Amino acid sequence: MKQIERGIFTFEAPPSINAFSAVVGKKEGEGPLGNYFDHIFTDTKLGQDTWEQAESQLQTEAVNRTLKKANCAPEDVSLLFAGDLLNQCIGSTYGLRDLGIPLFGLYGACSTMAESLALASLMTASGAVSRTLAVTSSHFCSAERQFRFPLEYGGVRTPTAQWTVTGAGAALICAEGNGPYVAAVAVGRIQDLGITDVNNMGAAMAPAAADTIKRFLSATKTAPDDYDLILTGDLGFIGSSLLCELLRMDQFHIEQVHNDCGKMIFNRETQDVHGGGSGCGCSASVLCSYILSGLRSKRLHRVLFAATGALMSTTSIQQGESIPGISHAVLLTASKEDIPWNY
Amino acid sequence: MNLSPTQYEALVKRASPKSKAPKTILCAFLIGGGICVIGQLLRSWFLSSNISETHTATLVAASLILLSALLTGLGVYDNLAKYAGAGTLVPITGFANAVVSPALEFKSEGFILGLGAKIFIIAGPVIAYGTIASVIYGVIYWLFTAAF
Repeated sequence: MKQIERGIFTFEAPPSINAFSAVVGKKEGEGPLGNYFDHIFTDTKLGQDTWEQAESQLQTEAVNRTLKKANCAPEDVSLLFAGDLLNQCIGSTYGLRDLGIPLFGLYGACSTMAESLALASLMTASGAVSRTLAVTSSHFCSAERQFRFPLEYGGVRTPTAQWTVTGAGAALICAEGNGPYVAAVAVGRIQDLGITDVNNMGAAMAPAAADTIKRFLSATKTAPDDYDLILTGDLGFIGSSLLCELLRMDQFHIEQVHNDCGKMIFNRETQDVHGGGSGCGCSASVLCSYILSGLRSKRLHRVLFAATGALMSTTSIQQGESIPGISHAVLLTASKEDIPWNY
Repeated sequence: MNLSPTQYEALVKRASPKSKAPKTILCAFLIGGGICVIGQLLRSWFLSSNISETHTATLVAASLILLSALLTGLGVYDNLAKYAGAGTLVPITGFANAVVSPALEFKSEGFILGLGAKIFIIAGPVIAYGTIASVIYGVIYWLFTAAF
């Protein structure tokens, strides 16, 4: 493991993602990626009493399905990195309470899947542990009631507002395995260009994604064309176009290889999601289904996954503060030969 | 390249789609107007049933509130509001929806600290400032009637 630049690490022995799974809600299941998810819950409450319990259940399901695929017991896993959007990360706490795996609770807002994956990979690549888990979730209903309005309130969403994904994704990161591999990690820096509109999260987070992608490409001396896909987490339609524009100003042309989980998970025409999907379950469920399975089947070879998070709270917004963004990135490859500096 | 917040704001403004004003205004007018028509029909019906003018006013408001609360509970009102916008927000039905929806939502935190404490989370400011405004209006009215 080597730090090639401040906060950017490459791995000589890249950790392998040996198992992964994604579970989602009904609306996500009806979207374009419906066939790729491990399970679609048609009951948005997942048989629980509250929305918060339902979100916890999403994490439990994602972890259990991942462990089962790898033929692992919770006792075989050394560390668990988990997070969600709820206050004090209760989605993770209650969902993972019974597992007994040593836990790091994380808050990176919607960047948490990349953050947990980055930390799990760093710990595994350091040689300290051989098996770690990364899991994150979000639930439309628990997020709405915490950040916005009651579900039945007749408010109108603005055209830039995004739709929080109900879903969770989990990945098992191991020292040994057949891939997909985590070849490098870039830790994000906080970026704030003064956006105060909570209904335009993509715009608030795009500068953070631009910064991380730029730093990563420069540090690794790679170009956008070296990747099959540069995948952001939940910038949505507006944030994605802003990201491409910001990078274009610095002569990085990513349009041809860029996509965004928030754009992919819903059908913009038929599902009434305005700016696209959001929430940490958005990038988690897309990554742990369509993307990782694509790398495993060699449909994809090299994916730079840069999830973005908006680090505000309801209090900071009411106090008139702007929305700081952060973006952590992880380089995923189908095989060790696909790592850009290995060929 | 270092972008200033003002430059970025201009970029964001250009990239963000605007509300489709002609369509939303028309929808608000039609659905909001529809609610008013229902109110008017109720009024005519109450009056024709030999109910006094004062009682009719109260009954019409109460009926619309009941209807809105019922539709909120059935999960219909917010779907209607998606198209109606201000058309469902401005009439008294919007106020009822603003009280009933948090009541439903926060029941999971208990009847006292959940439902009881949060039932006015949206309507509360309207009630507070509405009351203050009426007091100020009353004082002005009193000053003028006393002076002239």
